[in-house]
Amino acid sequence: MKIGMEKTKLKPFDVASMQTLQPILTRIGVSCSKPRLATTSTPPGRKQMPRSDLAKKNSPDSNTEPAPQAAEPVRVAAVDSKAVDADALARAQAGDHHAFAHLYSLHKRRIYSLCLRMVGNAAEAEDLTQEAFLQLHRKIATFRGDSAFSTWLHRLAINVVLMHLRKKGLALMSLDEAMEPTQSDGPGRSFGAPDLALAGSIDRLALERAVGDLPAGYRLVFVLHDVEGYEHNEIADMLECSIGNSKSQLHKARLKLRDALRTSLERGGQR
Amino acid sequence: MNSDREEMSCQEFQAQLPELVGSGEDMSKHPHLQSCENCKALLADLQTIADAAKQLLPVEQPKEDLWDRIDAAIRLEEGALGQEE
Repeated sequence: MKIGMEKTKLKPFDVASMQTLQPILTRIGVSCSKPRLATTSTPPGRKQMPRSDLAKKNSPDSNTEPAPQAAEPVRVAAVDSKAVDADALARAQAGDHHAFAHLYSLHKRRIYSLCLRMVGNAAEAEDLTQEAFLQLHRKIATFRGDSAFSTWLHRLAINVVLMHLRKKGLALMSLDEAMEPTQSDGPGRSFGAPDLALAGSIDRLALERAVGDLPAGYRLVFVLHDVEGYEHNEIADMLECSIGNSKSQLHKARLKLRDALRTSLERGGQR
Repeated sequence: MNSDREEMSCQEFQAQLPELVGSGEDMSKHPHLQSCENCKALLADLQTIADAAKQLLPVEQPKEDLWDRIDAAIRLEEGALGQEE
């Protein structure tokens, strides 16, 4: 039994941009207004449009981004340099506005979704997506291809979100604090009877809600690891915390989710 | 060593879980789990959650006018840069 380990291995980050960040997330602030995530479903088995077709489209609103498949989720690393329109990238780096618009169309869903999951609020997520693409526009000429473009962009967007959360400074929980055991810190400790198994009973909406209700620190690590597929060493690097801290945060996040999902199931059973 | 692991209480076992799970170790043969249905159920739930998380991959679409906002912001920046030069 290897929990959450069966996922596509990501390529190492280009960490250069992270080095400019101030110490991250000594205090993480997010809105706790019980965010509800959008749930537009993608039909299973939607085919990815061939690159030749992608190249014909210039409008960023043509929704040409490859759709994730429900049965086999698309990882960030799956869209590697081979899948990125290298020609559009080169032209965008040279200042071609249409090419940049094309890159936007390719990556907007992934970047917006990442922002949405990390902040749990659609308006904020759009602002952060805008900021991420503005930063991309400023920095795209500096991309040297040391990592896949999608990974580089993804990392840039994460930086934007982390900076935003830090600026908000609502101070819900620090990563270090989360490592310290407290009297109340025991989400889902399970010393009782295994009376309600989750297997086969989790629906996407319930999980979305439970993730949205997680404390900021837990949610960040859960989204980065279990949803986005980053490794603990990569998360530790991004959040400037220890690997053990990342593991602990993730474990506590899953325990909290377990509590929330079991509660949800119990309520459902009582109806 | 194995004997120590077998005699582990649930509390001790669960205290080690973040590291055990995070290391990717196959825990199905862990001595404590051979005799503890409770911790086995806990692990199964955590596995279920980790698996279900993969359903949460990108499917959301930003509003159609977001590009217009970005485009306008880019042109504004370019205009400002042009004036500086």
